[in-house]
Amino acid sequence: MTGAATPGQPPTAGARAGAGGAAAARDRGPGRPAGALRPALALLRKDLLLERRAPESVPAMVLFTCTTFVLFHFGLGRNAVEGSLAAGVLLVTLLLAAILGINRLFVAEQAEGGFDAVLLAPIDRTAVFVAKAAALLVFLVLVELVAVPAFALLLLEGSIWRSLPGLVAVLALLDVGLAVVGAVVSALAIRTRARDLIVPMVALPLLVPALIGAARAAAPLLATGGASWPSARWLLVLGLYDLVFGLLAYAVFDFLLED
Amino acid sequence: MHAKGLRALTLATLAALTVTLALVVFYAPNDADQGFIQKLFYLHVPIAIVTLVAYVVAGVLAYKHLRTDERRWDVRSYVVIHIALIFNILGLVTGAIWAKASWGHWWVWDEPTLVSFLIVFLLYATYQPLRFAIEDPERQARYASVFAIMAGAFVPLNFIAVRMASSLVHPRTFATAEGGLPGEMMLVFLVSLAAMTLLFWLLVKYEIAHKHATWQLRALRRRLLGDDAVAPLGRSAAPAIVPEAVGRRADAPAPAPSISPSDAPGAAR
Amino acid sequence: MDAPPAIELRGVSRRYGERLALADVSVTVPAGATLVVFGPNGAGKSTLLRVLATLLRPHGGATVVLGEPLPARQWAVRGRVGLLAHDALLYRDLSARENLRFHARLHGVPERRVEELLDRVELRGRADDPVRTLSRGLLQRVAVCRAVLHDPPLLLLDEPRANLDPAAAALIEPLIGRASGRTRVITSHDPAGGLAEADLALGLRGGRVALRAPAAEIDVRAVEELYA
Repeated sequence: MTGAATPGQPPTAGARAGAGGAAAARDRGPGRPAGALRPALALLRKDLLLERRAPESVPAMVLFTCTTFVLFHFGLGRNAVEGSLAAGVLLVTLLLAAILGINRLFVAEQAEGGFDAVLLAPIDRTAVFVAKAAALLVFLVLVELVAVPAFALLLLEGSIWRSLPGLVAVLALLDVGLAVVGAVVSALAIRTRARDLIVPMVALPLLVPALIGAARAAAPLLATGGASWPSARWLLVLGLYDLVFGLLAYAVFDFLLED
Repeated sequence: MHAKGLRALTLATLAALTVTLALVVFYAPNDADQGFIQKLFYLHVPIAIVTLVAYVVAGVLAYKHLRTDERRWDVRSYVVIHIALIFNILGLVTGAIWAKASWGHWWVWDEPTLVSFLIVFLLYATYQPLRFAIEDPERQARYASVFAIMAGAFVPLNFIAVRMASSLVHPRTFATAEGGLPGEMMLVFLVSLAAMTLLFWLLVKYEIAHKHATWQLRALRRRLLGDDAVAPLGRSAAPAIVPEAVGRRADAPAPAPSISPSDAPGAAR
Repeated sequence: MDAPPAIELRGVSRRYGERLALADVSVTVPAGATLVVFGPNGAGKSTLLRVLATLLRPHGGATVVLGEPLPARQWAVRGRVGLLAHDALLYRDLSARENLRFHARLHGVPERRVEELLDRVELRGRADDPVRTLSRGLLQRVAVCRAVLHDPPLLLLDEPRANLDPAAAALIEPLIGRASGRTRVITSHDPAGGLAEADLALGLRGGRVALRAPAAEIDVRAVEELYA
């Protein structure tokens, strides 16, 4: 049924016998292959392994954020910021750092013809979306582990400890939005000619609602003597954004990989 | 064939625009504070509404394109976005003038419609550069459709978020002391809205008809004069309409019974 | 001859904007046979290969690969085709073993198959070195392993012998050669060598079929004329 049986030419025993069982099990019927989770894990694992082996994105993003904080110090002429100004500086910096990461997300695939490898495999293409978004999420979290303390140290007026849990909640929701939008825009831009220009041009306006939600949520947290938990209203906005774009991205991603 | 009904639509649009202008100038009440300039509201807000709705419609057209893989939906989506972008600029300009007249500044961050309008403009301004950056025409159409869908979903979301974020210092356009537009203003507003919608639709139809005419002409030249009579297509952001209906291209042989992929046995995707 | 043909193309076309990258291509390849495709650059050889690999959808005509019509049943074909093209499809910073394991996971192939293949191409010793440190010959061996990892009944080879040293060529022959029993479609720029390996020869020019016959019936000069 594999169609390769040639009369008078038995297939080489060694090569085929071992994989025979696997081949039979894999011969799925019509329609889509089952499940996107396991291939997504394989893809994610590969991406994290690559980044660990040859770190490029995360160090660059970390350095970028710290340098940008210094730029803001000089640009604003301030030693410390608080409240909505602090939220703005921190979040816009993270947003721009995310753009760096988004630009690099599919670079390995593009460079080494790796898209073909994934496209040839009998896996659901949305696994690529899930894996890339997850990878970007991991990178963003790693960056924030350094950037937030750096920010608190360099620019923030007052202590961050009190509002840390709230801030973490806001950043978590923001990161999901960044990851989802980032994965789609990255896939959109990677096979165009002006990749690193398209990404910021398209992603930044798309991310405005997420920025609005995060900034409004974080501003009271970063004010001296301010709140310790963000208002539910803005968390809801962030959550809605993540949900809408998450579902949308999941639905359209296939079309970006198909030819 | 694409010009069907164009004349009627043109007449209707011209009539609507004339009526609107007359109503705005002569019928609508003069605003006590802002004077005559306030009447710009009757232009600005309908333009804004038509634009935002158009962007969402373009998203739906793009969805149809992805679903059916038919070129014409991509053409429609492209043209709608194209015209909407022009309306967008018009809206921003009228909005700025109105803001200056009403509040003394060329730009106000407190008017959420205007602000979200700007953000939406910044997003859709990338549509053509994006298309231009993709050389493969099929892929260009597909990626553009993905963009149009994402952006179409973005428009309402953005509007809500910006609205929530703006401080409600300045009066909202639809609020008066009583909390709603008085009858005469509402009438003029609705007429203007209808006129703008007709105008938009008219421009879209014109552009699509123009495109079809251009492409048919090109195909005819190819067929009659050979491939050399037609300059090769350079890179372009606009979708190509290759009219199969015009007849065989000069270089194509008599087609063998062609089974289109969607007819292939084994059911659709 | 009961086995259905591995490949059946009838009037297949693929657009590229206004042009036709493939136009009215028809050919039938019996199971287990070797089709060699000749033609100058831009003739559509790679496009044809990619259509067969389900990487590109055909725009017209009837395409049946391994008994399944494309693009309607592309998912039934994916995973049963092995592609070896110009790009090795390997991540440079990962080792051969890591690369192959990654592909194994994507295809649902057990890990011992990776080890088995590494043994067969005699790459056990260098299996843990990053792929970018391997010579082109060794790289090609890994690429071959990747292509046959999931034991595909159909192999698509874009000039497979380009980077191989003779020793390696002997090692991979049972994997991708005639002896493997798989149906093969090979693109070649070598008229004499290509014909020697072929059961069936197809010549493309400008996306169209310029030549199609069993290899035994073709003269080398006919193939050479394609490139003229």
